Amino acid sequence: MIDEETQEIFRQETEALIESLQECLLQLNSTPDDMELVTQVFRDLHTLKGTGAMFGFARLAEFIHDFEAAFEQVRSGNAVVTPDLIAVSLKAYDLIVALLEGEEPPTEQDAELKAALGAVTSGGAAPAAAAAAGDAAEEAPAAEGELEGWKLRFKLPPEFMEIGGNPVAILEELMEIGGPDTKVEALLDGLPALAELKPNELHTAWEMILPPSADEGDIRDVFMFHEDSMELELTAIRGAAPVVEAAPVEAEAVPVDAEAAPAEAVKTEAPKAEAKKSGGKKSGSANVQMRVSAERLDDIMDRVGELVIAEARLSDLAQKLNDPNLTEVVEDIQRLALGLRDTTMAIRLTPMSSITGRFQRLAHDLAGKTGKDFDFVIEGEETELDKTVIEKLSDPLVHILRNAVDHGLEDNDTRVAAGKPARGTVRLKASYSGADVLISVQDDGKGLDPEFIFNRAVDRGMISADANLSRNEIFHLLMAPGFSTAEQVTDLSGRGVGTDVVKSTVEALRGSVEIESELGQGSSFTLRLPLTLAIIDGLLLQVGEERYTVPLAAVEGIVEEPEEIRDGTESTTTVELREKLISIMRLREIFETGGTRADHPKVVLVRTGDQQIGLAVDRIIGSYQTVIKQLSPMHSRLNVFSGATILGDGDVALIVDVAQLVKAEGLDHDNKEQAA
Amino acid sequence: MSKEILIIDDSPSVRRMVAMTLQQEGYEVTQCEDGAQGLDTAKAKRFDMVITDQNMPNMTGIEFIEAYRNDPSSSGVPIIFLSTESEGDLKNQAKAAGALGWVMKPFEQAKLLAVVKKVVGA
Repeated sequence: MIDEETQEIFRQETEALIESLQECLLQLNSTPDDMELVTQVFRDLHTLKGTGAMFGFARLAEFIHDFEAAFEQVRSGNAVVTPDLIAVSLKAYDLIVALLEGEEPPTEQDAELKAALGAVTSGGAAPAAAAAAGDAAEEAPAAEGELEGWKLRFKLPPEFMEIGGNPVAILEELMEIGGPDTKVEALLDGLPALAELKPNELHTAWEMILPPSADEGDIRDVFMFHEDSMELELTAIRGAAPVVEAAPVEAEAVPVDAEAAPAEAVKTEAPKAEAKKSGGKKSGSANVQMRVSAERLDDIMDRVGELVIAEARLSDLAQKLNDPNLTEVVEDIQRLALGLRDTTMAIRLTPMSSITGRFQRLAHDLAGKTGKDFDFVIEGEETELDKTVIEKLSDPLVHILRNAVDHGLEDNDTRVAAGKPARGTVRLKASYSGADVLISVQDDGKGLDPEFIFNRAVDRGMISADANLSRNEIFHLLMAPGFSTAEQVTDLSGRGVGTDVVKSTVEALRGSVEIESELGQGSSFTLRLPLTLAIIDGLLLQVGEERYTVPLAAVEGIVEEPEEIRDGTESTTTVELREKLISIMRLREIFETGGTRADHPKVVLVRTGDQQIGLAVDRIIGSYQTVIKQLSPMHSRLNVFSGATILGDGDVALIVDVAQLVKAEGLDHDNKEQAA
Repeated sequence: MSKEILIIDDSPSVRRMVAMTLQQEGYEVTQCEDGAQGLDTAKAKRFDMVITDQNMPNMTGIEFIEAYRNDPSSSGVPIIFLSTESEGDLKNQAKAAGALGWVMKPFEQAKLLAVVKKVVGA
């Protein structure tokens, strides 16, 4: 008997597999010659067949056997990818999904599809393509032992700077040898506690990855004076051996001898770099992965949050006691907590590509149903977001995408008549912006008509006919409950998500929706979401008697507050900084903090959207691990604060939501445009 | 501002060669004839780099390095030791005394320049 947890793991695994399968099939539609995709399809099917059989899906396994055979024909060069093959494959895919979900479609379907698959892959073989494909497949496993780069780890003697050495010059010299592809990382493990650290001693080690073009002799020459007084490991990174499981080959360590410069003896380390590089989906079996329930991750995140707070208290205490031994331990704990935090957050991050497959399918299906011919472009698939956020976004995005095609894009004839290219374009784009991630759906369709939206809202009794609304406010009516019509043009993916749910879902994730549209040119819906939900790097600021935190990722600089605005008492002002006019918000006035003014007040330059804004504060306390605690429901209307955090001394600092504050103070673009 | 380099060598021809090579590249060069004179000069003024020979009257190169490194003003000043192939272990002694690196005599101008550039920058 298979227990529930195992079933769940099977379900999760197959979900990922069929997602990948569908994506590859759709991609093959546009790039039929991509043998890597064919191989991936074959591999996905093979795994599905194997695990399916193990979990009692006999019919599934039997069906996939033939499906797989069809792609084996393609893989071995006896058949080619054709639109027909993709069409049949997608139907076969649907059958697989149905079978996995425990449905029992008529069994004739299996036979029909098998026959169809057989028919589309048995026809005309393309010998030339086949030969080429065959060659490619044979070449695929990298030639054994090919040099892929150099791994260099070095630690100069502690007195290096004392005797006039310049570590920066060493690094620069190495960068020159390696060129722009060189990667460098400082290893700080050897650093003593701050109290024992002498500023003229060097305790940092470095690890670099240099490209294969770097000459070993050149690299060693950089250290010619120091080889016998330093730690130096230079290792050639070789291509993976054909057998992936092969243990790394350890040769003799390099005899470090200044005279014997051309050291031939080199450690070889086989597959490590290779495994790191191939993070992608199509990397095959080298990636060992584990599935963990999201609940456990949440649990870890909570604990890490508590740990970070406890660590802050400890470090506060250590500072007061001024005991170097304690400080050393505290610094270790600090480093560990920080690492743990980053790892935990990274575990939770998932690339957008994990859900874009279903959008591709949706676009494919929508094109068929609506008869509108359009290109669906996905950009920034590698953008990563918290897993919870990504999952919750899927439905709202489906809705926006469907609207873009249904209501945004005109049909092809209308487009041509309007002087536009017949094929429309719908773009799904993800990108980072400061501490936020932006996900937008853009179409080049007919755009939103503010007048039409306004009138409909009046018709539905949502606003009065004499309401005075900005263009932006009118657009946002689209997402008010009760606006969207009941008629659904298509039944595709109709999950019953109303447009109002888009807004509420995004806002529940501490995000916002931005709508831009130009009549006749198209519309874009942008979801702005915070990168993480739990812990951020914050910059702690002193304003009067209060302390506030802003997300460090949004901070672009700190300057002295210009003399000419120091005595002002308006909540906002404008000043020329670095040859640009910048709006300054005086947090002292806005939050009415009281307390005495500092002698040397500062301005923190922060980015929100495409705007740079200055925050006038009294003092910069420093960067701070900010564990976000939600405000109580009673305070949730205070949207200029995205939460609060507990400081090391037990006090609370509010986290300023810069975007909201900018809005509240009327400094955002929409308002400016209106004023202008 | 051009970098200032102190060269300590009892051989006028070597001093001259070094000075000329470096001056052509825009470095400023101060010359001393032996370790003792070099020590006084180096303590009185901070140089961007010191180049010293070994075999000199009054004070050898290694003695100079030891004495200079005993003075806090030498902190961060790179010293390059001029050595000859036959002197075998000397360069290790010089390193132990606090030299950053060495150049083997006889040297080509290009080789000397390469080392100087590496140590103090162009």
